[in-house]
Amino acid sequence: MSAYRDKDPRIHGIQSRIRVVPNFPKSAGIMFQDITTLLLDPKAFKDTVDLFVERYRGKNISVVAGIEARGFIFGPAIALEIGAKFVPLRKPKKLPGKVISEEYELEYGRDCLEMHLGAVEPGDRALVVDDLIATGGTLCAAMKLLERVGADVVECACVIELPDLKGREQLNGKPLYVLVESH
Amino acid sequence: MRRALILYSSNPIYSQLSTTRAPPGYVVFPKRDGGWIPPSSSYQPPVFRMRNYKCTLPPPLGSASDSVANRPKMASQDEQDPRISKISSAIRVIPNFPKPGIMFQDITTLLLDTKAFRDTIDLFVERYRGKDISVVAGIEARGFIFGPPIALAIGAKFVPMRKPNKLPGEVISEEYSLEYGTDKMEMHVGAVQAGERALIIDDLIATGGTLCAAIRLLERVGVQVVECACVIELPELKGRERLGDKPLFVLVSSD
Repeated sequence: MSAYRDKDPRIHGIQSRIRVVPNFPKSAGIMFQDITTLLLDPKAFKDTVDLFVERYRGKNISVVAGIEARGFIFGPAIALEIGAKFVPLRKPKKLPGKVISEEYELEYGRDCLEMHLGAVEPGDRALVVDDLIATGGTLCAAMKLLERVGADVVECACVIELPDLKGREQLNGKPLYVLVESH
Repeated sequence: MRRALILYSSNPIYSQLSTTRAPPGYVVFPKRDGGWIPPSSSYQPPVFRMRNYKCTLPPPLGSASDSVANRPKMASQDEQDPRISKISSAIRVIPNFPKPGIMFQDITTLLLDTKAFRDTIDLFVERYRGKDISVVAGIEARGFIFGPPIALAIGAKFVPMRKPNKLPGEVISEEYSLEYGTDKMEMHVGAVQAGERALIIDDLIATGGTLCAAIRLLERVGVQVVECACVIELPELKGRERLGDKPLFVLVSSD
């Protein structure tokens, strides 16, 4: 999805507010896309949320699932505006009570994402929100969690995509909507 | 030290958590052990719920009596905002998490109730809008859920206060005590400027240690912390006193 957002005048301000920090978290040539500087600009932050809200309002989305922790920054604001519930998807052992877990691969080793049992119901129409999609591993695990309980994942939404890492291809055909691409 | 708090009365009250877009008659019930009864079941167990909740309703921000704002007040029925009771009943209590004897206040069920979540944010926004607050600092990770919608509504920037090694670039750190050992909180250098007026947001105040660390981080760079705001207070843990002269505003108090 690029035609619409390339023309939107708000995109430029959003993109320019994202800070790139070299060699974080590891000094291996990783250029870290830091959205915290975007959050320091109230107008750009609001534009970011508005762009998602405009896309998803009135589409009968009942769940916004946000991936810990930066997905928590964008997801709830979107959920509140479109009248959906917000469901946090968390690292292991953070959610109290009964959870379901989905393991996924990292570059080295594995990690796990958890969701509360009962938070999402069969037939719920869901968005998955995170700040950034890289390889797509985390988003994939999120989608699986939602689908395991019978939700329909309508779309994945991120502020930033790193297209060279081909995360979009990992989403099993699910649509991905992003505001900004970083090569 | 956290104490086990018994929250249910001898006459348990059924708490109904409605998911706004669910089909009619569809509800989700929390179970005592923290699981969920599926809606198809006819079993309706008693639930732990917040009782003796009170909205502290200190005077509006900036008034002459701000210095007494720290004293919690028993709100009469007339004073309590009608939205509070739904917010309170939407919060789920999970026994023995993360350790035996701790009654964990779970706000995730509040986030499933679109009206109650909206009301929670509105109550903070109504208090802080138009008060010249330029910074909302949210404590990882549940402060990230409430802080940004408040910041967006009042036109403030949002600053995440994070566990170590999560923020890229230059940070300042503040160590604070845990029950056993210490932890560290970090904030980006340059995120806030001296003279800015800030709120600190978290889902809950217990002993106040985390909030205190956040206050110190902001004050170290010359920011004025106007108030700390939480959804829930556990008053028996005396976190409010630990904040010293910093006012605390909460929606729900769990005895």
